Amino acid sequence: MSNTISIRKGLNIRLVGESAKEIKDIPVSHTVCLSPLDFHGLIPKLVIKEGESVQVGDVIFHDKKNERIKFVSPTSGKIKQIVRAEKRKIVQILIESDSKQTCKKFDVKKVADTSKEEMLDLLLNSGIWPSIKQRPLDVVADPSNEPKGIFISSFDSSPLAPDYSFILKEKMDQVQIGLNALNQLANGKVYLSSRKNSDFTKMQNVIHHNVDGIHPAGNIGTQIHHIDPVNKGEFAWSINIQDVAAIGQLFETGSVDGKKCIAVGGSEIKNPAYFNIHCGSSMSDILKGNIVGDNVRYISGNVLTGDQKNTDGYIGFYHNQITVIPEGNEYKFFLTKGWLGLGFDKFSNSRLFPTFLLPKSKHFTLDTNTNGEERAFVVTGELEKVFPFDILPMHLTKAAITEDIDGMENLGIYEVAPEDFALCEYVCTTKINIQEKIRHGLDLIASECM
Amino acid sequence: MEPHFIKGGKYEKWNPLFETMATFAFTPKLVTNKGSHIRDGVDLKRTMMTVILALIPCLIFGIYNTGHWEMAVSEANRNLPYFDAMGAKFLTGLGIVMPVVIVSYGVGLGIEFLFGMIRGHSLHEGFLVSGMLIPLTMPADVPLWMVGLATAFAVIIGKEIFGGTGMNVVNIALTARAFLFFAYPTSMSGDKVWMSGLGDKMAANPESVDGFSGATALGDLATNMSDKALVAGQHVENSHEYITTFSQHYGPFESFMGMIPGSIGETSTMACLLGALVLVLTGVGSLRIILSFFAGGFIMGLLLNAIGGNPYLDLPAYYHLIIGGFAFGAIFMATDPVTASQTANGKIIYGFLGGFLAIMIRVLNPAYPEGVFLAILFMNIMAPIIDHYIVQGNINRRLKRLKTT
Repeated sequence: MSNTISIRKGLNIRLVGESAKEIKDIPVSHTVCLSPLDFHGLIPKLVIKEGESVQVGDVIFHDKKNERIKFVSPTSGKIKQIVRAEKRKIVQILIESDSKQTCKKFDVKKVADTSKEEMLDLLLNSGIWPSIKQRPLDVVADPSNEPKGIFISSFDSSPLAPDYSFILKEKMDQVQIGLNALNQLANGKVYLSSRKNSDFTKMQNVIHHNVDGIHPAGNIGTQIHHIDPVNKGEFAWSINIQDVAAIGQLFETGSVDGKKCIAVGGSEIKNPAYFNIHCGSSMSDILKGNIVGDNVRYISGNVLTGDQKNTDGYIGFYHNQITVIPEGNEYKFFLTKGWLGLGFDKFSNSRLFPTFLLPKSKHFTLDTNTNGEERAFVVTGELEKVFPFDILPMHLTKAAITEDIDGMENLGIYEVAPEDFALCEYVCTTKINIQEKIRHGLDLIASECM
Repeated sequence: MEPHFIKGGKYEKWNPLFETMATFAFTPKLVTNKGSHIRDGVDLKRTMMTVILALIPCLIFGIYNTGHWEMAVSEANRNLPYFDAMGAKFLTGLGIVMPVVIVSYGVGLGIEFLFGMIRGHSLHEGFLVSGMLIPLTMPADVPLWMVGLATAFAVIIGKEIFGGTGMNVVNIALTARAFLFFAYPTSMSGDKVWMSGLGDKMAANPESVDGFSGATALGDLATNMSDKALVAGQHVENSHEYITTFSQHYGPFESFMGMIPGSIGETSTMACLLGALVLVLTGVGSLRIILSFFAGGFIMGLLLNAIGGNPYLDLPAYYHLIIGGFAFGAIFMATDPVTASQTANGKIIYGFLGGFLAIMIRVLNPAYPEGVFLAILFMNIMAPIIDHYIVQGNINRRLKRLKTT
C-alpha cells in the first residue's frame, strides 16, 4: 500500500533527558505571548489595541502584505502590552489570560460539504493558517498559490523530540478529520509519512510513505525531497501533525482551543515529561521547579533548530518541545575536557572522538560550547554524511555566503530550509553557522526572485 | 590577564598571539547563539593534530634513515648494514632533521602570526601540518636558509595572499618544494644532496668517496635507465639486465621499508601506510583519494610496461608505488582537503589522474624524476575544474527533473 523511503545519511544525537510517557496539565499562563518574530519575514499589522478584550481565536494582527493571513489569540483575556523594539518594530503581544477561557465560534459545515474556497477561508479566519508553511523559503504559506501537495510528517526524529503517536493517541479521529479537510484543499495530494507500524499508517485519504532511518528522516524537507522535490516555480506546503488535529477539532467543535501538548526534556530537566499547555505560554510557568542547574540554556524547540529563550521568554509558535541543556560558557583545559582530551563525554560524528566505539545505548550530556573557533571551510565530505539530499551542501552554503543568486538557484535553494542544514551545522569542523547563512540566502531569493 | 589583550586593552594588538596560546591550552568558552545549540566535539585543532600524529612514523623513520646515510657517507660504504648502531644513527639523524623542522615551523609560524596580527585573528591551524610536511619533503643535505626561504615563499605567496588557511589554491608544502626545485635545482636534485654531508665531502676530498654513489632510486632510473643504451660507456641491449641490477640495489623490501636514500620523510612506504591507517581510520584523510591515486599510478605503470622499450618503461609497475615520494604524496599531499577536489566523485577522478600523471611525468620526462609533486600541484589547479563538472552534473539532474515534471 505504501512506498518506503530509507534515510541512511544523517545522525541521531543521543541526548540525556528524554521525556517520560506521561502527560501533565499546566493551567493557563497568567500572561501569554504571540510574537510576530516567530514568523520569518512577517510584517504585522495590528488590529487590536492595548486593553482590549479578546477570546481564543480573535485576530490580533494580520500580515501586512497579505491581509488574508490572520494571527489569532491563543488565549482569552485582555491585551496587556504591545512590546516594541527601539525602532518601534513589534516584538511581542502580551495577553493577560482570564480564568474563563472563552473560544470564538466559527461557522463550520461537514468537511465533505465544504468547498475548497470555503476551506481556505475557514483556515485563514480561524488562525490555523500560519501553521501551514511553504517551500521554498520556509515561511507561512501564501494562500494564493496552488501547492503541488501538502506534506505531513507524523513523527519527529530530532533529539528529544515529542512522540506524536503518543500525544495524539486519543485524537486520532481529529487527525483524520483534519486530513480530510486538507485533502479538499490540496485536491487529493496530501502526503503523510510515518514510521512503519505506527497508528498513522491507518489514516485514510492520504498518500502514505513509510520512512525509516536516522534523523533527519522526520524532517519535512527530507521527506519532500524524496517524495516529490520542489522545483523553481513550484510550492509545497507542510503542516505539523498536531496542527492537523487542531483542524479536526475546529470541524468537530467549531472552535480552536489554543492548546497543544509539548515534550519537555534535556539533561537539566528534573522530570522530563509531556505537558498540555496553551500556545504562547511562558517558559517559567512550564518549567517551574523542574530545572536542575542554574547555568542553563532554555531552548524553545529542539537543540538543533530551536530558539534561545530567557526564563521570562515564551514558547515559540511552531515549537512542540522545550529543551534545557547546560551552558558551555567556561574554559576547558585542552588535555582533559578540551580539544585534545580523550573525549568520551563528547558526541562526535567524526571518528576523531571515541563516540563510535561506545554502545548505542549511551546517551550524552552536551552543553552549548562550540568546542572550537570559527574557521574557513577546510574539511570536505563531512557535511554530505549527514545531508540526505541530492544537493551539495557545502557548495550551496558557499553560494549563500557569497550571495551568488544564480548559484543558489542552480544548487537547489528552493528545496531547502535552514532546519535541513541543522545537522551540517552540528558536525561542521570549522564551526560555521550554516543555518544562518542559508536563511540569508533564502532572504535574498525572496527579495530578488519571488 | 585577558583584559589586557581584549579590545581597548594595553596589549590589544598582541591579542592574536595571546588568543592562540589561550585557545591552545583551553578550549574557549564560546557558546552557540543561533541555529544549532550544540556542536560536534571536533574542531580544526584536533583534526590537524591527527594529521601530525599520522606523520610521526614518517618523521621517526626519516630521522633514522637520514642518520644511516650520513654514516654511510662518512664511512664511504654504501652497503653499510642498515640495522647496526641504531642509537647513534638516530641521534645523528636527529641532529640533521630537527634543525630543518625548527626552521620550517619557526619561519612559517612567525609569518602566520604576523598576518594574524595584521588581520586581527588568532593563528589558523593549517600551518601546523604544512610545517611538518615541508621538512619531510626536503633532501637531507638542504641548507637551512633555503628551508626558511621556501617556507616563507609558500606561506606568503601560496597561502596568505589568498586569505589564509582554507583559501589556498595549491598545497603549501608542495609550493615550498616546487619553489626550491625550480629556484635551486642543484640543491634539490642530482646525486649529491640526498645524503647528508656527501656534497661537502666530495668537494673537500673527492677521493675519499670515490665510486660512492649518492643517487636515489629515481635518480638512477632517470639518468641511467631511460636512455636505452649507455651505462659506463657500455651498451647493454637487455632491459632485464638493468632491472635485475636495479633491484639488487633497491630491492622491493628495502624500497617498501624505506631503507634507501631520498627526501627525509618520503622513503618509507611502510611509514606512510601507517600514517594512512591513522588518517583513514579517523576519517581525516580521504580513502577515495588515496586508493584512486595508487590505482592511477599502478595503471600508468602497467601501460608503460605494455609499451616497453627501455629499462625504465619495463620497470615492474608495483615498483613505482614504493620508490620516490609516491606513497608520501598520495597519502599526505593529495589528500589535503583544501586543495583537493571537494566532491565525492571528484575525489576519485582527482586521485586517479594525480597518480596517473605522477608516473607519466616520472618516467617520460627524465628531467623531473620526482613527478609526484608536479602531478599533485597540477591536479590542485585542476581540482576546481573537476568539481565544476561534478557540480554541473548535480545541477543538470535538477534541471532535468524540472523538464520532466
